[in-house]
Amino acid sequence: MLAPSLVLFASFAYLLLLFFVAWWADKRADAQRSVIGNAWVYALSMAVYCTAWTYFGSVGRAASGGVWFLPIYLGPMLAMLLAWVVVRKMIRIAHTYRITSIADFIASRHGKSPLLAGLVTAITVVGIVPYIALQLKAIDSGYKLLTNPAGAVPGAAGPWWQDGALYAALALAGFTMVFGTRHLESRERHEGMVAAIAFESVVKLIAFVAVGIFVTWGLFGGPVDLFARVQADPQLRDLLRLAQNGHPFAYEQWFALTMLSMLSVIFLPRQFQVLVVENVDERHLKRAVWVFPAYLLAINLFVLPIALGGLLYFGGSNVGADTFVLSLPLAGGQPALALAAFVGGLSAATGMVIVETIAVSTMVCNDFVMPLLLRSGAFARQQDLSGWLLAIRRAAIVAVLLLGYLYFHLAGEAYALVSIGLISFAAVAQFAPTALGGMYWRGGTREGALAGLLAGFALWTYTLMLPSIAKSGWWHTDFIAEGLWGIALLKPEQLFGLAGLDNLTHSLFWSMLANTGLYVGVSLWRTPSANETSQALLFVDVFDRTDTARPIFWRGRAQVSDLQALARRFLGADVASRLFADYARQGGASSIGEIAADARLVQFVETQLAGAIGSASARVMVASVVEEEALDIDAVLRILDEASQLRAHSQALEQATAELRAANLRLAGLDRLKDDFMSSVTHELRTPLTSIRALTELMLDEPQMPLEQRHEFLAIVVTETERLSRLVNQVLDLAKIESGHAQWHDEAVDLIELLKQAAQTVHELLRERGAELVLDLPGQAPTLHADRDRLMQVLLNLLSNAIKFLPSSGGRIDLRLRVDEHAATVEVHDNGPGVPPDQQALIFEKFRQGGDATSRPQGTGLGLPISRQIVEHFGGTIELRTDAHQGACFAFQIPWQAPAQPTAALAVPDLSGDSA
Amino acid sequence: MQDSLRHQRLVGLFALALLLFNFPLLSLWDRDLTLAGIPLFPAALFIVWALVIAALAWLMEKTAD
Repeated sequence: MLAPSLVLFASFAYLLLLFFVAWWADKRADAQRSVIGNAWVYALSMAVYCTAWTYFGSVGRAASGGVWFLPIYLGPMLAMLLAWVVVRKMIRIAHTYRITSIADFIASRHGKSPLLAGLVTAITVVGIVPYIALQLKAIDSGYKLLTNPAGAVPGAAGPWWQDGALYAALALAGFTMVFGTRHLESRERHEGMVAAIAFESVVKLIAFVAVGIFVTWGLFGGPVDLFARVQADPQLRDLLRLAQNGHPFAYEQWFALTMLSMLSVIFLPRQFQVLVVENVDERHLKRAVWVFPAYLLAINLFVLPIALGGLLYFGGSNVGADTFVLSLPLAGGQPALALAAFVGGLSAATGMVIVETIAVSTMVCNDFVMPLLLRSGAFARQQDLSGWLLAIRRAAIVAVLLLGYLYFHLAGEAYALVSIGLISFAAVAQFAPTALGGMYWRGGTREGALAGLLAGFALWTYTLMLPSIAKSGWWHTDFIAEGLWGIALLKPEQLFGLAGLDNLTHSLFWSMLANTGLYVGVSLWRTPSANETSQALLFVDVFDRTDTARPIFWRGRAQVSDLQALARRFLGADVASRLFADYARQGGASSIGEIAADARLVQFVETQLAGAIGSASARVMVASVVEEEALDIDAVLRILDEASQLRAHSQALEQATAELRAANLRLAGLDRLKDDFMSSVTHELRTPLTSIRALTELMLDEPQMPLEQRHEFLAIVVTETERLSRLVNQVLDLAKIESGHAQWHDEAVDLIELLKQAAQTVHELLRERGAELVLDLPGQAPTLHADRDRLMQVLLNLLSNAIKFLPSSGGRIDLRLRVDEHAATVEVHDNGPGVPPDQQALIFEKFRQGGDATSRPQGTGLGLPISRQIVEHFGGTIELRTDAHQGACFAFQIPWQAPAQPTAALAVPDLSGDSA
Repeated sequence: MQDSLRHQRLVGLFALALLLFNFPLLSLWDRDLTLAGIPLFPAALFIVWALVIAALAWLMEKTAD
């Protein structure tokens, strides 16, 4: 056993640590450096699903039923498989319309009905308060187990003011008030609380796994040893099989439990709070959907070893399996581990209580208290209600926790408390038909939702809740055995004679059947009203609409000052003025005074209010300060139509803008190319001009210059002038070809004869450099239809290029002609240095000559681009053969049948050389 | 947007998991065998569970937004 003071100190220290984590996260959030804005924290906060019921109860369940603890965790995995589809839609809806609770979600969808919100809240309170009591009981019994000597019967309970559970409840109420209602926000976000919950999830996982490892390897010789001992015991052996104690496996109960927990993981108030309301970014869901089931798997891994280990270790002695997590480390002589396990259980319990209380108190405040208060005249005339709102929230938190404590105190060890987890699950599962149906089906009406929820709740009460209360000994159990008023058909656990199911499956079947059936059936009774239709459209089609094209179902007249006063009353003056200033800035208005009092503003104010007081109350309050026109179905459909048209227009506009942007980009690119070309041309012109000018000036200044030198200078001037005119000619030529204005002759060309003539032309030049040209021609070639002079230009270009790069001795050029059925290929292959790899891609661009600045040969740099234009004009290609072993090999290929040429000149002079 | 395909895959995986964890596929593991010293039935439950989570993780993480 442990000293009570030590356990109390550890608990208190843990709660202080929790306060610190929450305080730190809130501080970070205020500094705009949120710690909860990532998928991991989001997934960990979802693990608030694992309460003390998981922590202690799973082991108890496994000790009595083997794998039967698992469906409660397989269901959430199934839910998470569909969460990206379903929960993401809930998040989008909730964030768009500032929905802060499951009651608000259902009520808002069905025409913002206050009655519906109240009903959902009532079901939640009835279903959840016992669940909170269960957590207090877990803390209390854990504490007693740790502090009482082993085997001793716990002493008689002291007076209520000495009850630790009461103080635990009050401490939790304090925490929840501090971090759950720190300030009034128009969206119920609690960064500090979420951070604390994520932290608690880590603590409980580590503590539980630590106990598991201790039991498996500390008390036993590893899992193999543990399971071998279990297999040797015929009674325990059965726990690891489907059929137990001769009973066949209850598949229907297994299925019912899986489905139940699948719905609970979404619709339990605390789960809706962390999953939907506290979600920072819906993309976080992407990772959280698998991290959360992985967490559940990890925390369940050691449930069986602990349960079986406990059964083996304690044998037949009277130790409750629910406390194995604590009693095994204690019995194994590890008090520190037992204390850590207690802290883990404490964190599981407190996490659940905190989030559940925040969620339930929000509902109680918005959907119970506010509608009642707003009806009373005196309250409605109050100028600033924001302080009241916070006070009501805090009071609701204390009330919910005290209710939980009261229930715990009254129920004590009774049956009702032990099975309450699943009974609570079954209560919140009643929200599934209306909430899910409302998200995907437009036909649901207020009456349908009311009828479905009422019937489901009534059947749940009659077939599950009342029997459990009766079995606790608070009521006669006669009605269970004989039916109400002795009518056998009304037996709560065999309603209408349906036998053969366990009571949970039985209750779930009847309540869900009636719930879904009446929701659909009553909804189909009449066409939805305008109000219901508009809300249905907003919910079902939430992904189809962007913020700008969302229809606003409101017609009437409003005053900005009235709406501003309304926002001030509920949100406080600071928040209200900030909201209106933001709205003005977004709408392009220079000040609040210039905001137009249109439907958009009314909707904006109503949405903001909905975040603070719930959509039903917000609707009533907004309606009280504006003059509204009642909308009929036709008006709703007309508004929808206008919004879709607007959306279509905005899409068309977006497309046109994108096209314009692309065209502009293309033009800018062409413009840049033109600039490049111009600067290259002027540069090329300036070089010869500079030398001509320098030489002529020299000759002018020195009349006494020797004739010989003067002659030499003049020769250079002539060469440079020739180069200039060649350059100008080539630029003009290229411009003509590119703009499509060049003259092209179409004549029969004998390629063999053409090549021979080209060789003849360069013969003299080659002889001067001591090089040879080898012709390699076929015997005959078909006639090509092309422009002879232009082809000659290409050939001479390639040949003179080749000559420029020939080595000073032993130069050799191979000029080859190859013909096949499609095309003629001409190759000019020299044995010069070749083209370096880094320049191969550039040489066909204008003014890109081969060689570096010093070894640059004479030339304009336009020869190859022009050649390419000419070859491409005839439908051919020109390339540098990179596979040549030595030297450079240029080849061009022209098809016998030229493809049809585009005759129209390009509107924009295409100087890029990319197309002819 | 690849979301439609992803939705279909998720629904498919959901159906598969639902089948795997219910009658009659669940009964296939109920044998008097051990897997590395662990009784087959609980071992298989956890392994199938882990595989479904792995498939889900792969589906959700493989494409970046």
